[in-house]
Amino acid sequence: MNLTLKIWRQKDSNAKGQMVDYKVTDISEHMSFLEMMDVLNEQLVNSGEEPVAFDHDCREGICGMCSMYINGEAHGPDRGVTTCQLHMRMFKDGDTITIEPFRAAAFPVIKDLVVDRTAFDRIQHAGGYISVNTSGNTQDANAIPISKHAADEAMDAATCIGCGACVATCKNSSAMLFVGAKVSQYALLPQGQVEAADRVRNMVAQMDLEGFGNCTNTGACEIECPKGISLENIARMNRELMKAQF
Amino acid sequence: MALDSKVPKGPIKDKWTDYKNKINLVNPANKRHIDVIVVGTGLAGGSAAATLAELGYNVKAFCYQDSPRRAHSIAAQGGINAAKNYQGDGDSTYRLFYDTVKGGDYRSREANVYRLAEVSANIIDQCVAQGVPFARDYGGLLDNRSFGGVLVSRTFYAKGQTGQQLLLGAYSAMNRQIARGKITMYNRHEMLDVVKIDGKARGIIARNLVTGEIERHSAHAVVIASGGYGNVYFLSTNAMGSNATAAWKIHKKGAYFANPCYTQIHPTCIPRSGDYQSKLTLMSESLRNDGRIWVPKNMEDVIAIREGRKKPTDLSEDERDYYLERRYPAFGNLVPRDVASRAAKERCDAGYGVNATGEAVYLDFASAIERYGKEQAKIHNIENPTAQKIYDLGKKVVEAKYGNLFQMYEKIVDEDPYKTPMMIYPATHYTMGGVWVDYNLMTTVDGLYCIGEANFSDHGANRLGASALMQGLADGYFVLPYTIGDYLSNDIRTGKIPTDTKEFDEAEKEVKDRIDFFVNNKGEHSVDYYHKKLGKIMWDKCGMSRNEQGLKEAMAEIKALREDFWKNVKVPGSANEMNPELEKAGRVADFLELGELFAKDALNRNESCGGHFREESVELDGEQKGEAKRNDKDYAYVAAWEYKGEPADAVLHKEELEFKDIELKQRSYK
Repeated sequence: MNLTLKIWRQKDSNAKGQMVDYKVTDISEHMSFLEMMDVLNEQLVNSGEEPVAFDHDCREGICGMCSMYINGEAHGPDRGVTTCQLHMRMFKDGDTITIEPFRAAAFPVIKDLVVDRTAFDRIQHAGGYISVNTSGNTQDANAIPISKHAADEAMDAATCIGCGACVATCKNSSAMLFVGAKVSQYALLPQGQVEAADRVRNMVAQMDLEGFGNCTNTGACEIECPKGISLENIARMNRELMKAQF
Repeated sequence: MALDSKVPKGPIKDKWTDYKNKINLVNPANKRHIDVIVVGTGLAGGSAAATLAELGYNVKAFCYQDSPRRAHSIAAQGGINAAKNYQGDGDSTYRLFYDTVKGGDYRSREANVYRLAEVSANIIDQCVAQGVPFARDYGGLLDNRSFGGVLVSRTFYAKGQTGQQLLLGAYSAMNRQIARGKITMYNRHEMLDVVKIDGKARGIIARNLVTGEIERHSAHAVVIASGGYGNVYFLSTNAMGSNATAAWKIHKKGAYFANPCYTQIHPTCIPRSGDYQSKLTLMSESLRNDGRIWVPKNMEDVIAIREGRKKPTDLSEDERDYYLERRYPAFGNLVPRDVASRAAKERCDAGYGVNATGEAVYLDFASAIERYGKEQAKIHNIENPTAQKIYDLGKKVVEAKYGNLFQMYEKIVDEDPYKTPMMIYPATHYTMGGVWVDYNLMTTVDGLYCIGEANFSDHGANRLGASALMQGLADGYFVLPYTIGDYLSNDIRTGKIPTDTKEFDEAEKEVKDRIDFFVNNKGEHSVDYYHKKLGKIMWDKCGMSRNEQGLKEAMAEIKALREDFWKNVKVPGSANEMNPELEKAGRVADFLELGELFAKDALNRNESCGGHFREESVELDGEQKGEAKRNDKDYAYVAAWEYKGEPADAVLHKEELEFKDIELKQRSYK
């Protein structure tokens, strides 16, 4: 198929960006979206132009590095996938595709489609851990049975890949789905109970400090999340935060 | 220089304990004055950085991704082994040790492997304490699954995302230390050289990938945890950014590189679909627990399937060739990876491949779905369930176990693997070879350590499934923190290492000159053009089977390609900005050298062992006819190569392998 791409180009964080049009031809429907971008970049390199910078690494939907906003949707039109798993069969010949970076005040653009998501790291520094040193002397892994239900729910929350699609999608640029997932993972496990109150207070405080907005329950984040993280995690985080006040 | 593995004396089961009792320790007040650099933040690097910081050292950690949480350990799917014997099926430290040495085709160092097996149980305890949500059974206890090459269930897992959960555990431990100021994290930084002062590793030169700035960082010791070199094949299951630059740079500064030809071609990956393909996707080996591998028995069916006239589900049981079950009745679909890969290649070379490229076999879940469905029907007291009911119940069980893998497959291939068998084919996945290290995990350069996949030590010529996660975390959490302390105890009076010295000047100049060359060379071809060519040579001549003539050709072709690269490579953009093409150029330049050493090592090793299969060395008769033939008399050694300028001139040093606790036997999975 032949496509027109409208891509956000921005030299660096201080430069002013703009949309630029490109054409690509003979794109196979079996290609992934990023392989289509590779074709474009190879074309640009060969014609002496600068290729489009974009974040990507594992290309199997787990590292959370890829981050494009495609035709107005984080990770594009398919559901339950990251951009690297999006395939060109979702598009048709002659389409015009708009490609922008994830936009949020807390995610400044570094270059082209690359954004700075270190705010997520800083929220984790504030409490996204259980304080246990490495010693080899922790108690036996089976010493505390954990109900399968709780373990499975904790796993579902822990599946978050930290890509930031929730923030990019939210009209308030809220990071609550991301923070809620981490708070929930630990809140659901006995090991996380000891520090639960401090954890949720500190992580939420850092989230606010980074400039992420509030949740107004539109649920867009849950729909765009490539890993299907549930809104329940936001509710659980709010509940944990309430509990922590007492 | 003679290689000294520094393996402690005494019985194998006491070595590590005795060693820990006798090493020198650094007092907590002195640790505050000691800096350690860790390059890479996967399972090995992340766990090492966190543990060293907990102990009190000042850690500087580096990763090229935008966050340490994205290292490619995150993509590991199936699980992590540990000798817990929770299933009571006869597992023990010794058995895990034995399985690993045997699975590695008797080419690993006994003492290291025993230590690995010994600390494996601690890893699970540690991870559970960190809040890693491993799978559990209804009683609330940890669940296990089995993996290839062993007869017990010792693999712990978190759905098909075990690597992700373990890495996020290590990342959380790092976060705690970053918050305390004990780890300084350098995201989007790439190490481009190591700096040696008086023969000791004392720092690195790194490039800030956002600004392009070249930075000097000093430390009392340097730890390389940068993963494997699978991307030398261009197409692999590695991440796009996975590279060998850190490992190769230290090789050029004196660290020997061991057994580069030991590369794992993983049997179950999604086959390639076209020339534009950028990477290959693994389907976890855990699928072989429930999936049965087959190709059609008759050539007419193969042709009919390729032409779309027949579907795989149209073939009856006796029209199918379950070739692993046929050839290896004892292990069946759970033979080790190297054996399964070669068997797939054998069938496809014989013309039985089931897709358009002729490079695919089926991995079929129909009988597992039926088996689980019947089991569930019984559990739920459903009498005379319909076939549809059995399918629905069974599908649920399979979905709970492998749901994310099935979804990934469906998104890529656009076929529903619950209804039609998956198509799979082997792909480069892991590299057992790597930087040579002694028992302390130190390279041949003082104060320079190498851990995780980047080193060569534990997997011999073939790694068993679910052992990479085990090794990465064992090295980082439980081994290096002891061994490095013994070395650093001599550095308590050294004081801060200055970076305004001639050694740093020289290393920085070398790095800058190379970058200047790339951005100023007005060549004709993109970096990917060379990377793809290299990958094709490697796959065709250093792939699943190798022979003398092909390897000699590979060496010559890679050398010629490298020379062309240095004349004609084209890198757009400048040095002082974010420039992904420039990053790739540096990495491919190193792969172009490593590839040649790889072929040289494969040529030197005229035996078949593990992932290294030499066509000249096969069993000619008996029950094992056609199987790989190892040659213990001539090749029971680690081939450690010393850099001498050109890869072809590398000098071989042998570490003879001694097997005192395990009898050397032909590996049989029949």
